Amino acid sequence: MHPLAAVRGVPRRTWLRWRFAYLVLLPTLILFTYLRVFPTAWAFVMSFFEWGLVKPAERFVGFDNYTTLLSDKNFTTALLNTTIFAFATTIFSVILAIALAAVLARVVRGRTGGLLELLYFAPVLVPMVPVTLGWREIFNYNHGVLNAFLGIFGITRVPWLSDPNMALVAVIILSVWKQVGYNMIILIVGMRAIPRVYEEAAAVDGASAWQRFRHVTMPLLAPVTLFVIVITTIASYNVFTQVYVLASDVQGAPGRLVPVIVYDLFQNGFRFFKMGYASAEAVYLFLIILVLTLIQFRFLRGSRA
Amino acid sequence: MNLRRRGMSRVGYWILVAVLALGGIAMIFPIFWLFSVSFRPASEINTVPPNLLPVHWTLNNFTVVFQRAPMLSYLWNSFVFATISTIFIVLTSSTAGYIFAKFKFPGNNAIFMLVLATAIVPFEIYMVPLFLQMNALHLVNNPIGLFLPFLVLSYGIFFMRQNTMTSVPDEILDAARIDGMSETGVMIRMVPRLLAPAVSALAILAFIQAWTAFIWPLLILNDPKYFPMELGLSQFANTGSSNFGVTSAAAVIALLPSIIAFLLLRRRIVEGITITGLQG
Repeated sequence: MHPLAAVRGVPRRTWLRWRFAYLVLLPTLILFTYLRVFPTAWAFVMSFFEWGLVKPAERFVGFDNYTTLLSDKNFTTALLNTTIFAFATTIFSVILAIALAAVLARVVRGRTGGLLELLYFAPVLVPMVPVTLGWREIFNYNHGVLNAFLGIFGITRVPWLSDPNMALVAVIILSVWKQVGYNMIILIVGMRAIPRVYEEAAAVDGASAWQRFRHVTMPLLAPVTLFVIVITTIASYNVFTQVYVLASDVQGAPGRLVPVIVYDLFQNGFRFFKMGYASAEAVYLFLIILVLTLIQFRFLRGSRA
Repeated sequence: MNLRRRGMSRVGYWILVAVLALGGIAMIFPIFWLFSVSFRPASEINTVPPNLLPVHWTLNNFTVVFQRAPMLSYLWNSFVFATISTIFIVLTSSTAGYIFAKFKFPGNNAIFMLVLATAIVPFEIYMVPLFLQMNALHLVNNPIGLFLPFLVLSYGIFFMRQNTMTSVPDEILDAARIDGMSETGVMIRMVPRLLAPAVSALAILAFIQAWTAFIWPLLILNDPKYFPMELGLSQFANTGSSNFGVTSAAAVIALLPSIIAFLLLRRRIVEGITITGLQG
């Protein structure tokens, strides 16, 4: 018997199982601790310091970074932009996805439905940078397809990529386009998992297609819908790539036309090397995401009860 | 019973299909547009209104891209990066997930809760300290510095634990043990077969995640010879010297592997994404 096991009075067989478990876990846990637990913990620690690239832990500043951020115009603008972006992207992509899923899961099926599903899902799988470049051409002020298309209806050309507000709209359009297929496919799976008997019973009782959808399908689909809403919002708060590629300002500085939180964090951390300050910003972002995650957990638990 | 006939006329049904088809075409339009612009001569780029297809087709833009940017090297870097990341994530997630699901040992729950807690923390939150860690190891502008953070996936461990609990029955494992198989034998020879569908879903998720990584490569790499595809393409497009035809050609080259993979592995990819998505 192993000496340690003898001390604890653990049978040899159990001890051997423990040892096996620990040994198998060890390499993963080392990587995991070093690459996830450490940096996450450090982000919190650093947020209370003035912290530079060459001068780490220069000065303990308590909550100063947090309070300074709240009156930092760059941060508040980024927070506002990101929040507008997150809400708009989530609302439009989820509503469109629900409509598409309702039709593709229940009405248009078979080969036609499969093909349509594929078309709507395609943007999900293409990498972000190349398609953003495609959109950059579509949004072009002078010879972009979108302005030409709007021109048919007599709408004057829109400065999609030079006006900050329109650029935000452009980023939202692109992101809804990229996200809607993912939400749709998750909702379709959710709808197919709902037993048909409920809707059939409602149909027998004389409920119209809309009534069946509104009062039978949607309530049963609520947990999946909530899941899709929360993950889209969380992903949207972390937006960066499409803004970086699409929204360059007049000088061509990538992403500066529509500053978002991750962009501002990036600037503070790696352009101005204010790493403690950037970490406080990261903690704010984390708190937003934590709240969203807790909402999801609470609702999921509620729906199971 | 046919809900379709009950709720809707034949004409209505086909109008619905037509509307959906128009929307579907609009969905792939940006991808089509990249292809269309990439084959235009410079003289046709600024036409107002733009032609749907090039009038005079040319391959010149592609020639220019290959002269100015090492697109194939970017794609190769992405492929190596994504492959290494996928192998490590699959190995670490499935072994750890198996242990968490099937073994009781002191600390099991506590350690697993820690994994679960980090799963909700997005990369952007801890990228500053992570960069400093890599800097301390002199791994900035080094492929190893690029790879390291992509070797484990907290969500992957959670996902494999769930799948082990649902699709690896204790009876099979115990039968193998009674037959005298060692714990290592059980883990290596019995478990993988039962977990194959989950592993393929996780592998797809991991591969796409690394293939489309952007912010970490942007932070950690300076030297274009290490750039993966997304970063290399964005830097090429931002240099400003190229017209839309050339930029589109570069984007088309960057897109091709994804499009081919999607056409070949369509069903498996869609399945993988739904499975990993829904269990989050």
